[in-house]
Amino acid sequence: MTDIAPSADTLLIAKPAPRSRNLGQIIRWLLLFIGGVAMVMPIAYMISTSLKWPHEVYNVNLIPKEPTIENYTYVLEDGRFYWWFVNSIIIATITTICNLLFDSLVGYTLCKFRFPGRQIVFIAILSTLMIPTEMLVIPWYLMSQSFGWLDSYWGIMFPGLMTAFGTFLMKQFFESVPDDFIEAARIDGLNELQIWWTVAMPLVKPALAALAIFVFLGNWTAFLWPLIVTNSVDMYTIPVGLSGFGDEADVAWELIMTGAAISTIPTLIVFLIFQRFIIRGVVMAGLKG
Amino acid sequence: MYRNLTIRQKQIVWAWAFLAVPVIFYAVIRFYPTGNAILISFQNWNLLGDRTWAGLENYAKLWNDPVFWRVFKNTFVYLLLGTPISLVLSFIIAYHLDKLRFMHGFLRVLYFLPFMTSAVAMAWVWRWFYQDVPIGLFNNILASFGIPQIKFLQSTTNALPAVLAPAVWAGLGFQVIIFMAGLRAIPASYYEAAKIDGVGWFTVLTQITLPLLRPTIVFIVVFSSIGFLRIFDHVFNMTTNNPGGPLNATKPLVLMIYDTAFNGFDMGYAAAQTVVLFTILLIVSLIQLRLLRSTE
Repeated sequence: MTDIAPSADTLLIAKPAPRSRNLGQIIRWLLLFIGGVAMVMPIAYMISTSLKWPHEVYNVNLIPKEPTIENYTYVLEDGRFYWWFVNSIIIATITTICNLLFDSLVGYTLCKFRFPGRQIVFIAILSTLMIPTEMLVIPWYLMSQSFGWLDSYWGIMFPGLMTAFGTFLMKQFFESVPDDFIEAARIDGLNELQIWWTVAMPLVKPALAALAIFVFLGNWTAFLWPLIVTNSVDMYTIPVGLSGFGDEADVAWELIMTGAAISTIPTLIVFLIFQRFIIRGVVMAGLKG
Repeated sequence: MYRNLTIRQKQIVWAWAFLAVPVIFYAVIRFYPTGNAILISFQNWNLLGDRTWAGLENYAKLWNDPVFWRVFKNTFVYLLLGTPISLVLSFIIAYHLDKLRFMHGFLRVLYFLPFMTSAVAMAWVWRWFYQDVPIGLFNNILASFGIPQIKFLQSTTNALPAVLAPAVWAGLGFQVIIFMAGLRAIPASYYEAAKIDGVGWFTVLTQITLPLLRPTIVFIVVFSSIGFLRIFDHVFNMTTNNPGGPLNATKPLVLMIYDTAFNGFDMGYAAAQTVVLFTILLIVSLIQLRLLRSTE
């Protein structure tokens, strides 16, 4: 990249005082506001419809006349969404923890250790970025079949436990940890594992948080591999379950919208709470990863 | 014994201890399957019977398969429509958003929100929008203005853009944020110099802003191209009654792979398709990386 490559921090530094509010600025604001409202309309309609009674569903008004949580009660009492939700939470959480541990350990080792084979390992992991997941699903399926991993949590999770993307993101950030800190810890008698965990890891917390967001969101919304590896309804993740649910002949649109809302609202709430932080993390991950 | 090692030797032991599990992981879960996919592409196998050597048979079959060429074309239509549209839209939004301070954070959230949704959920929401009167939102709105109905997902010409729209919509927020970071990184002194010289906004845009944004633009083009070439979730969920339909009009390569492997159980043929996908992605990324390098 050139010397003016963007960084995450520039995004959040306040710009100079606003220019005078002339007519052009007002029009610009209004147009962007209308565009922004249009952007959230699909989400707004999804939530609105999930709160409507069946007779009102095909009405285009956004605010339900008599809001009801009947659809949520119905969908959750059915029981399947409850399990899909639990499955998705478990899978996304375990995968995220594994990525945080392994990606940062590998990134740290490649960044701070000098050993024979370092360059080969580095290039080997880098090259896996070029391999699309879609090419691997058939061999993964055959592997899962022969080891009996089909239709299990492990089967859904194993391909994503480490990622080259996360490894490089972490390696980039460990570059900013001074070698002197590590040297000092060594003199204090800490072993290498302790140095990584107690000295280096706390210094890259923002990067770990950014990685956690990406990995969690990626696994929460993952579709192709969970669709292939699961067979029984109890093992579905939310996207796989929702896809099949929508396809059932007798399911009404307001119930599909309720299912869609159940899968989307958790990530939206987390986003709205940590909004500045998440946008910053996405920029960091996007630009450095 | 460990105590007798030099500091450097101890470091080597630690490094390999840290890397042992990950190296096995990458070998078994990434490299072995890659080789295996290429190997299977030269074999005939329906999962139940024997694996028999097929040579280039699967590739020849692909070359002569009219469905494959339809799918190949669709995949590139997704790329050639999706990438420029999302690039231009996200730049326009970021360019203007960058010039505003009033409720800047709020507007940014509105544009970014779709990025946090799941493709499957949103595919179903858009699918509902596209239904005929009296169900679908779009046609209901058109009807209230007395405008004739549009067949979105049932038409062979409209279906592909209709499926692409939510994919562009979902990715836009991410690109806007990346563009804004790029815009902020341009030193203010460049703009001040232009102001002193009395240069118009269009010249500033084409002579300062766009050339300095080139690394950002290349990044976004690479990132979104790979995404559109691998489109699957939206297509599958918006056409579950006839995946990739009507008449294969929306079928992308990944959906063809899924169908061949997990509905047709023709593993060799499907593996050959994945090798083709891999080659396309490799070529497209290499071309774009060359463009990136030429900026340095």
